[in-house]
Amino acid sequence: MARDRTAAFPVDRNDIELIQHAHPPHWKNPEPDGPYNLVVIGAGPAGLTAARDAAGLGAKVALIERNLIGGACVNVGCIPSKSVIRTARLYADMRDAESFGGDTPERLHVDFQRAMRRMRQIRQRISRADSAATIASEGIDVFFGEARFAGPDAVIVAGKTLRFKKALVATGARASLPTIPGLAEAGYLSNETVFNLTACPPRLLVIGGGPLGCEAAQAFCLLGAKVILAQRDPMFLPGEERDAAQVLSDALAREGVEVRLNTEVVAVRTAGGKKLADLLRDDDTTTISVDEIITGIGRSPNVDGLDLENAGVAYDANGIKVDDYLRTTNPRVYAAGDVCLDYKFTHIAEATARIVVQNALFLGRKRVSQLVVPWCTYTDPEIAHVGLYPAQARQDGIPVKTYTVLMHDVARAVMDGEEEGFVKIHVKEGSDRILGATVVASHAGEMINAVSLAIKSGMGLHALADVIHPFPTQAQGIKMAGDAYRRTRFTSLWKRLSARWLAWSRQ
Amino acid sequence: MLRAEPAALSDDELLDRYQRAAFDYFQENVNAENGLVADTSRPNSPASIAVVGFALSCYPIGVERGWMTREAAVKLTLAALRFFSTSTQGNGDDVTGHKGFYYHFLDMRTGLRVWRCELSMVDTALLIAGVLVAGAYFSGDDDEEAEIRRLAEALYRRVDWRWAQGSSPTLRQGWKPKSGFLHYGWEGYNEATILYVLSMASPDSPTSGDSYEGWTATYQWENIYGYDVLYGGPLFMHQFSHAWIDFAGIRDAFMREKNSDYFENSRRSTYLHRDYARHNPYGYGGYDENLWGLSAGDGPGGFRTSVDRQRRRFSGYAARGAPFGPDDGTIAPWSYPASLPFAPEICLAALRHLGDRYPEVVDNFRLPSGFNPTLANRRKFGRNGWVSEGHYGLDQGIVVMMIENHRSRLVWKLMRSNQHIRRGLRKAGFTGGWLSRDDGDGA
Repeated sequence: MARDRTAAFPVDRNDIELIQHAHPPHWKNPEPDGPYNLVVIGAGPAGLTAARDAAGLGAKVALIERNLIGGACVNVGCIPSKSVIRTARLYADMRDAESFGGDTPERLHVDFQRAMRRMRQIRQRISRADSAATIASEGIDVFFGEARFAGPDAVIVAGKTLRFKKALVATGARASLPTIPGLAEAGYLSNETVFNLTACPPRLLVIGGGPLGCEAAQAFCLLGAKVILAQRDPMFLPGEERDAAQVLSDALAREGVEVRLNTEVVAVRTAGGKKLADLLRDDDTTTISVDEIITGIGRSPNVDGLDLENAGVAYDANGIKVDDYLRTTNPRVYAAGDVCLDYKFTHIAEATARIVVQNALFLGRKRVSQLVVPWCTYTDPEIAHVGLYPAQARQDGIPVKTYTVLMHDVARAVMDGEEEGFVKIHVKEGSDRILGATVVASHAGEMINAVSLAIKSGMGLHALADVIHPFPTQAQGIKMAGDAYRRTRFTSLWKRLSARWLAWSRQ
Repeated sequence: MLRAEPAALSDDELLDRYQRAAFDYFQENVNAENGLVADTSRPNSPASIAVVGFALSCYPIGVERGWMTREAAVKLTLAALRFFSTSTQGNGDDVTGHKGFYYHFLDMRTGLRVWRCELSMVDTALLIAGVLVAGAYFSGDDDEEAEIRRLAEALYRRVDWRWAQGSSPTLRQGWKPKSGFLHYGWEGYNEATILYVLSMASPDSPTSGDSYEGWTATYQWENIYGYDVLYGGPLFMHQFSHAWIDFAGIRDAFMREKNSDYFENSRRSTYLHRDYARHNPYGYGGYDENLWGLSAGDGPGGFRTSVDRQRRRFSGYAARGAPFGPDDGTIAPWSYPASLPFAPEICLAALRHLGDRYPEVVDNFRLPSGFNPTLANRRKFGRNGWVSEGHYGLDQGIVVMMIENHRSRLVWKLMRSNQHIRRGLRKAGFTGGWLSRDDGDGA
């Protein structure tokens, strides 16, 4: 039964320590010392960044959090999930030890509880840096409680009114439940509850083949679960390049994930302690029996209960409406991060928070649309992207050419046994202007940074070939794309001229 | 098993043997009553409408090569055309097609839908392409050949291509009675050019003008292994439409932008597959410069096993591709004759290597759908590894057609003169080359 495998948060001592840092039980909210230059609602990545940057520049700042400081990223998002993925990769390597010249243990026992305990340890350790006491010591007034707008320039929290010159709503988003009949009654795990598991479910259905669904499916499969991944679309990671999704699909299948593409979960019910899910593909329905269901579909912005109407801040199901300067319909109120953006990533939350500090407090004119936004899905191999996709460029009438390097041609990737994947750098045809890139590799998230830097600094692919990379590194794949570009510039005329010059030099 | 010593044969003799062996598939696996041809030579195989399209394209080749009489070809062609003309269409059960399209697989005897399969747009296009070959080839004055021409035109014209767009610019891949259009997308270049050409040219129900542009918007032009290519992973994507249309020298907007054409693209893609096998990044058995070619086809089956201390996963029938995969070590040897017009030098070398090194894989010059030398002497497999049982009609059809296009350009010439094909190509934006000449015959 589900309740045997999950425990209520806090699960162990690590979680108790995390709470002591991130939401101290006996915290006494300070007396408001208004008006504040900036009141920040939500102490996730966006809120913390904005509060710290503003306070560091001398602003009087209040930071309000209703739950745990750190937001989804630290508590139920990137940090716990990537910690579990690390353990899953360890087991993958152990199973694959023979390929690396080692011995696979005869009986490979997966200690799921240990993997989860490690995750909780890491989570509380990382959260310590952002403890309430630390933030308060930086001169920020930290308030715990539900925030509500009392007017266009005031917020009420825990019975106290905070007046502000400017406010930032950074309340983030939460997992949204797919509307599948019976799912809520049968029970399911979301990114908010999956990390409370204390035992690995023997059979697991993951609904949704987006980044979260693919990461969860692979990790739980490697930790010993029999995983079925149902994806409505014909490929995983809709929006990503076809070849990236293809490589991922192959990797998932190879590891034993039962891949069900073009498949919709249409109903769920319970019978005999199991969850029965009806899967519809084209005209055919099949029923599978699983122990747990994880939904990996969608995120809903946290806008309820804020009384945004009192402040004249417009919002809809997609979140708070902001302009390119991140200003809401109330010029005193800004928003950043998941609550207002399509790109729901920690690094975008932080980047947009910095824009808000500039624009709200220092008359800045920074635009969201000018951000160079990379992202990464942390499957194995990882899938990272920055900039435009070729289809987007073609829609904009930009002729595009892609320089592709296979990771099996990158020496270090071969040495590491990580030769799956590729580097694709898209340039404007006839030039070396980088429009975007997709990297599929074991460490794609690290590799994409060089391309982001090049795009941000206006560096072309030709110049990227001149950047010396240490040998052997997997990031050489990026430079090799530059080398491939350069080779195509050796036109026959150039070669003829070069040969004549060299012939003359020999005389 | 090879019954002649292929090494002693000249190139043309060798190709003649392979072509004839492939051609015979159709005579061996056709239901002469209704012209339907089995998808595979395995017992109880249903008919595949695409295989019928290949068969209709191969009969004229058989006549020209002297492998069947014109009368026999007319008889089989008429049987198929009459069957499709009179079979039941509709959106209910127990039908053969709907809106002028046909279900992918049909019962060999009754011609009704089997396996709850999809109404297939691309397979209908391959069938119709064969129907048009028949209409173009059988130009005689007698009643039967006149009936072939009349039925061919009627079958083409009644296909409701506009309906198959659904609410999007691109054509849907399939349709089923209960769930409607399948939402599988066409993303990136693939074998569907012939589908777009036929659909745009339709006099009665053409697709909207933005359909081809909508499809080509997803194309990706890449530099891989030093080749500039419009990428399509499995080799059949670079072969199927080309079996009917000679793309050498004619260009659409995309190829004008890239200063190339689709024929050249297929040539480079063939070389790319060879280079991938030379790289052999995953260490599969046998891969080298003369053993390459990943495509759609049969496979060893879905299982995982350790080979030489490497964990491997194998698949059944699948579309395999290079260089991004999937690749489980299964080679589709029919790729060599199928790519022959584009890169004869490396295809002939590979075909000879296959006969020399793996003679048991070839059944009296007939090529299997696939074989996997990585599995040599593993499980229950012999020294050549897994070899696909029997033969697949699609593979045999493309072998017959592409060898013929290499030898005489027969199918290309027939289709160059077809006004529907010419109109469809022009509507898709193709210009230049043979298309700019009235007779189309610039060979």
